[in-house]
Amino acid sequence: MRKIVGKGALIMKKNWPLWEVFVRSKNGLEHRHFGSLRAADEEMALENARDVYTRRSEGVSIWVVESKHITASNPENNGELFEPAQDKVYRHPTFYTLPDEVKHM
Amino acid sequence: MSEKEIKNLEELFDQRIARDEKIEPKDWMPEKYRKTHIRQISQHAHSEIVGMLPEGNWISRAPSMRRKVALLAKVQDEAGHGLYLYSACETLGISREELYEQLHTGKAKYSSIFNYPTLTWADIGAIGWLVDGAAIINQVPLCSTSYGPYARAMIRVCKEESFHQRQGYEIMMTLANGTPEQKELAQDALNRWWWPSLMMLGPTDAESVHTEQSMKWKLKRKTNDELRQQFIDQTVPQADLIGLTVPDSDLKWNEETKKYDFGEIDWDEFWQVVKGHGPCNKERLSARVNAWEEGEWVRDAAMAYAEKQQNNKIKKAI
Amino acid sequence: MKKENLIQYIYGIADNALILGQRLSELCGHGPNLETDIACTNMALDLLGQTRSYYQYVAQLSGEKVSEDDIAFLRTERQYKNVLLVEQPNNHFGYIITRQFFYDAFHLLLLQELQNSKDETLSAIAKKAIKEVSYHQRFSSDWIKRLGDGTEVSRQKVQEAVNDLWKFTDELFQLTEYDKNAVELGVGVDVSLLKEKYYQIVKETLEEATLIIPELKWFRKGGKEGVHSEHMGYLLSDLQYMQRTYPNMKW
Repeated sequence: MRKIVGKGALIMKKNWPLWEVFVRSKNGLEHRHFGSLRAADEEMALENARDVYTRRSEGVSIWVVESKHITASNPENNGELFEPAQDKVYRHPTFYTLPDEVKHM
Repeated sequence: MSEKEIKNLEELFDQRIARDEKIEPKDWMPEKYRKTHIRQISQHAHSEIVGMLPEGNWISRAPSMRRKVALLAKVQDEAGHGLYLYSACETLGISREELYEQLHTGKAKYSSIFNYPTLTWADIGAIGWLVDGAAIINQVPLCSTSYGPYARAMIRVCKEESFHQRQGYEIMMTLANGTPEQKELAQDALNRWWWPSLMMLGPTDAESVHTEQSMKWKLKRKTNDELRQQFIDQTVPQADLIGLTVPDSDLKWNEETKKYDFGEIDWDEFWQVVKGHGPCNKERLSARVNAWEEGEWVRDAAMAYAEKQQNNKIKKAI
Repeated sequence: MKKENLIQYIYGIADNALILGQRLSELCGHGPNLETDIACTNMALDLLGQTRSYYQYVAQLSGEKVSEDDIAFLRTERQYKNVLLVEQPNNHFGYIITRQFFYDAFHLLLLQELQNSKDETLSAIAKKAIKEVSYHQRFSSDWIKRLGDGTEVSRQKVQEAVNDLWKFTDELFQLTEYDKNAVELGVGVDVSLLKEKYYQIVKETLEEATLIIPELKWFRKGGKEGVHSEHMGYLLSDLQYMQRTYPNMKW
């Protein structure tokens, strides 16, 4: 959206950017992605996150990060990114056989 | 991409959904899937925020403090639900502002039930009981729909919405058990909201254009007629229980089918309202447009302030 | 302390929360953005929640036959003891924020003292409300700055609101006879002592927001004695509509 302001000066109309909200529901747990919202600045993003996502006491701590700062992997690369891990079965405990008598290992 | 390649991708895509795999925002998806989802999710979001208006009417006039805070919290939840759904929609590559634009210009639809007026306090009860009741029937299956962000938004919505219908039914129950005047309010509200609530579940299967494709993509689990039957079967006993009469002289329990038979729905009325000729279409839309336009200077101010703050930070750092 | 005096003292605090809560809840669905709408509704819910605690206490003091709803909905205009500030209408978002900020700054100072009240119930209500109101003040003062130091248009609009609402701030520090009695008995707060601190907070924030502090000699008052502005009648006809139209019913 473009808007003409003042004496012919042309500026781009800027909307409130998108933020991602992460909430820790109680101490001991990790922050989990809760959703997103719009806010003009970081203070507002925190306040809005509190008002939007913790109305029913869902949280004890909030992180907000502007969505544009998140770098995401591309699903088209999922093959090269994630499949090579699939045959590394030796990383998992069940790969190793132990006599039944051995407990707690 | 060649047509054959696309065809191939589409087949793989359909198989993923058939296996109950979720589709996430950056995954490849057929253009039609994206468009259909934008349409449905935004329609849903618009319904939430337009739906705030008829109920919002009564916040300042609620009859008791307890009812006032409950209604206020409920209408606020609807704003929240609108927000979750707009956010889900934005993951499909369209902005909230563009979606508003579609709503404000009449290009996008919202649930036509919100074009009916709330004339008495009992209407607030009827909306909670019937409209939210019908909405829940529609929404619960969407918690397992194929598009991840939509399914996640719906899980949150359904969780929060569980108090809405109870709130409405409790209002109706109180009125129905109250003075004759109160009971009359309740019956009158049921009379006015019953048929629009049935229409809310969408046109009959024969007329519904999107059903088959939507079933495949798990945007729908049951047809409109099935949902309507389910709604009637669960709601009629609730009306009986509080001594209210459903305004349908053809309504009768069918021993054979174990379902209620019901009367003819006035689909002309439905299409009239959808096409913009309902009692409050104009008022609802202009309330939304006004809020957005009158809020523009506020949003601009916040943006300008944020930029100034950012520049100050940079200056300080240098 | 005489019961009636205590009740009147409580009205002087609680009615502000009711009327401001009512004004804020009129906005629900009409805010500049969904997020802002949700935030303003949260403040309304906090204020109405506080109102209920106060009124339930008054109901308990008055005896069995009075309920929180009788108190909220069935008094005459002269019996509401809120300050004029909180009944002022939602002309535009600048007014909403300015009204909120002018009240929040006072409200927090009041509660910080009220928590030391010899009346245990009032002290408990204040302790709980402090957390809510601290957040309100943070919200409204952040927004005053955004609007004041935002665009030229927003600065004008919020300045207009500040100019219009400033005249209602002095009433906050007025002591009624009931207030004086309550203060003497260690139950009430001497609001006149909060004045200096209040104007210091308000002026600092307005200055940061690049707004001009009005210079006024005459301030409006009357609300605390039940003499309200014309806006109040309309507000009450909405608020009381159901209880007046259908008397003696349960909802």
